[in-house]
Amino acid sequence: MNEHSQGGGLIIFATFLFGIVLSQMPLPEFIGWARPEWMAMILIYWVIALPQSVGVGSAFVAGIVLDVIRGSVLGANALALVFVAYFAAMLHRRMRVFPIWQQSLLVMVLIGANQLILHWVQALVGYTGDSLLFLLPALVSAFFWPLMFLILRRVRRTFYVS
Amino acid sequence: MRQGRAYIALVLTPLQWLVDLPAEVADEVSDVVVDRGLLMRENARLKIEALELEQKRQQLAALEEENNRLRALLNGRARISDEVELVELIGVNPDPFQHQIVIDQGSEDQIYLGQPVLDAGGVMGQVVEMSHYTSRVMLVTDARHAIPVEVNRTGFRSIALGKGELDELELEHVSATVDIRVGDLLNTSGLAGRFPRGYPVAEVTEVIHDPGLSFSIVRAKPLARLDKSRHLLLVKHNEPQRSPEENPGSVVTEAQQ
Repeated sequence: MNEHSQGGGLIIFATFLFGIVLSQMPLPEFIGWARPEWMAMILIYWVIALPQSVGVGSAFVAGIVLDVIRGSVLGANALALVFVAYFAAMLHRRMRVFPIWQQSLLVMVLIGANQLILHWVQALVGYTGDSLLFLLPALVSAFFWPLMFLILRRVRRTFYVS
Repeated sequence: MRQGRAYIALVLTPLQWLVDLPAEVADEVSDVVVDRGLLMRENARLKIEALELEQKRQQLAALEEENNRLRALLNGRARISDEVELVELIGVNPDPFQHQIVIDQGSEDQIYLGQPVLDAGGVMGQVVEMSHYTSRVMLVTDARHAIPVEVNRTGFRSIALGKGELDELELEHVSATVDIRVGDLLNTSGLAGRFPRGYPVAEVTEVIHDPGLSFSIVRAKPLARLDKSRHLLLVKHNEPQRSPEENPGSVVTEAQQ
């Protein structure tokens, strides 16, 4: 059992690492706005699937790492992801029984909140930008959610992460 | 705080490289798999370019000598040519609100905060954050960036503000009577001591005199290829440095003084 949970931690860690790499991938400028929030999606999945081992703490660490690699204000992503993790944990029973499209809708709301908090914190320290395009990733993430969900569920079942 | 950030960034450096790997491999592949005819054409073009540059350089040597003599006559300080160092870009900030890039050298390579970065076309930006082996460069078009410039033709000084658009800068407080035209070259003015004098920054693309406004609107296009250059130059600039603790946000206020 113990062995299993350790290996599971490693798998979860690896998916987060993969998320960081994905969120850093260079994209052409015009799609730059529509980059899905991979980290937030991976976090939501693990919180729903294993609320007892992935939660607000993991969200905080992931957020700090994301802050450093994105060059945003230290703590902005951490705050946003903590929020997301908290609400995902609160809703995890309901989300598990939802059909996948309904999950997508909730993911859109959660990631929208993530984007709002992120944008709000950045705006506090003077990053200007008056475009509402920063909400676009919420839509795109919702679109990619079913794919993400199926892949991560396959990963979880293959490696017996529990 | 800054120190902690530098250390976390140090841990993440391999990730940074990993992300850059596909682009690097693609570069390598396109270097290896290339048509002979294409290479020959490129070679011919480069030869012509080298010849032209050589010819310009010959004149430049004479002009530089003359300039130094004249400066000596005026008891001025001779202009020292700046040392440059080649660096490579290894990452781009994915956040479209921030125009930042990551380069492959850090505090271990004697880089300092506020160090100017150029490419073949002109000024790209300045170093705003350092880790040990990587550092972050804010581009001149970032919405928080400002750079003191002068119009090459007339010597009129102003400040070029980034707008958050990759191909646009805006000059601040240009009164309606100032002689500035579309096509004017903007060089760094060297005021505020952060950027060395005389490097090209942008070309004026639009001048709007609106009688309803107290200043004219002047837009310019950066000459550096901000979204394409992979090899950049770091300038070792010998002006007295401002306190390195200043955060990049204060660049604007500093330049406005």
